[in-house]
Amino acid sequence: MSNIGTDRVKRGMAEMQKGGVIMDVVNAEQAKIAEEAGAVAVMALERVPSDIRAAGGVARMADPTITEEVLNAVSIPVMAKARIGHITEARVLEAMGVDYIDESEVLTPADDVYHINKSDFTVPFVCGCRNLGEAARRIGEGASMLRTKGEPGTGNIVEAVRHMRQVQSEIRMLTAMSRDEVMTYAKEIGAPFELLLEIRKEGRLPVVNFAAGGIATPSDAALMMELGADGIFVGSGIFKSSNPAKYAKAIVEATTHYKDYKLIAELSKDLGEAMKGIEMSTLEAHDRMQDRSE
Amino acid sequence: MTTIGVLALQGAVREHIRAVRACGAEAVEIKQKEQLAEIDGLILPGGESTTIRRLIDSYGFIDPIRDFANQGKPIFGTCAGMILMAKAIEGQAEAHLGLIDMTVARNAFGRQVASFEAELEITGIANDFNAVFIRAPYVTKVGTAVEVLATYHDHIVAVRQGPFLATAFHPELTDDQRLLAYFITMVEEVS
Repeated sequence: MSNIGTDRVKRGMAEMQKGGVIMDVVNAEQAKIAEEAGAVAVMALERVPSDIRAAGGVARMADPTITEEVLNAVSIPVMAKARIGHITEARVLEAMGVDYIDESEVLTPADDVYHINKSDFTVPFVCGCRNLGEAARRIGEGASMLRTKGEPGTGNIVEAVRHMRQVQSEIRMLTAMSRDEVMTYAKEIGAPFELLLEIRKEGRLPVVNFAAGGIATPSDAALMMELGADGIFVGSGIFKSSNPAKYAKAIVEATTHYKDYKLIAELSKDLGEAMKGIEMSTLEAHDRMQDRSE
Repeated sequence: MTTIGVLALQGAVREHIRAVRACGAEAVEIKQKEQLAEIDGLILPGGESTTIRRLIDSYGFIDPIRDFANQGKPIFGTCAGMILMAKAIEGQAEAHLGLIDMTVARNAFGRQVASFEAELEITGIANDFNAVFIRAPYVTKVGTAVEVLATYHDHIVAVRQGPFLATAFHPELTDDQRLLAYFITMVEEVS
């Protein structure tokens, strides 16, 4: 007998991506550049986050033509984004054979109260989180992989750093708590109690946690690995740079050898201009994607 | 004490390290080729075979791993590791390390939605092994020197050729250490 879509198979898929870089792509040509550079997966999108920001309006699941084109172009796994709470977009992506769905705040939420019940699906999901409560709620709903929310499309690492540090510091606090303190903590952060007990016992999340949202340079990727990320998502950074192939390869190598600073210095030479980037204080509240749906 | 290295360029390194330690052997993450001199056996973990191959090339690992193999030191590949060890890959002109006389098909069971767990009989190791297959390959052809250890629906999913062991599934994702213990015994026999 065999079982598909088990937690072990869904979480295990993300374990296999560890130490790797997942790159946003908008067509087959970019997908091939990403695969060639050593990406462990690609995220098929209609627009990268910085262009979503620039375009404004409602951002939705990509046209299936694009997703299909990318699925056919590469042999590495293909991920795609569905709007938060948009059960049907997620089912459509699952039916197309996408390998992982990102229920993503980069798109305009379809439901401002509820996330998708991801346990119902055979395909695994990744979700964003800024703190342990958010991480635990997403796992409770069935997410098999997490990533920091960061602030997508800004080329500014500060929010991804904040979210990675926040989750880890809360895990450290939790592991130091006595059992009778955990229920109140669960209430305060809105996290499932049993899951917190499990995290407290293991000293880590039961799923991998990648860094995402603002990674623009090889050093940014290495910094997130240094801070304990299991791997890296790069959105606008690569294909908004002037030499995407070289840039992509540099980010992959910096992620693998994140403590080899001489190598990172070499990798960072003559990469051309990185994306311009946005300072957080200049972002209006309604432009902050990370605040969409908790 | 027996020391097992896990190639730590990308993939499920942590799980293998934990499993090796659970079996009472020493475990080392291998990030530089020079480290191969310090170990008795090598594990090529699951991950993305395309990515791992690029990183193997970037850091000049191909020849050092082949030298390691030529000394008769055991190597165990899981999933992507199995692909790296094959002499031929369906639909690709070139193979990677070419250590086992077999042809493998990548993602042979389908995309992630087809990934599954199943109970397997593995010759001489277990008759109830919970095997986790994730976008897994299978073996389509083997040479006469290759011993088939397990099949699933007539597809070959575990093989051994002398000091080389390979599985299409991920023993490192469960707490069942029988397969790894078998590999460690292989290592102890030659070292």
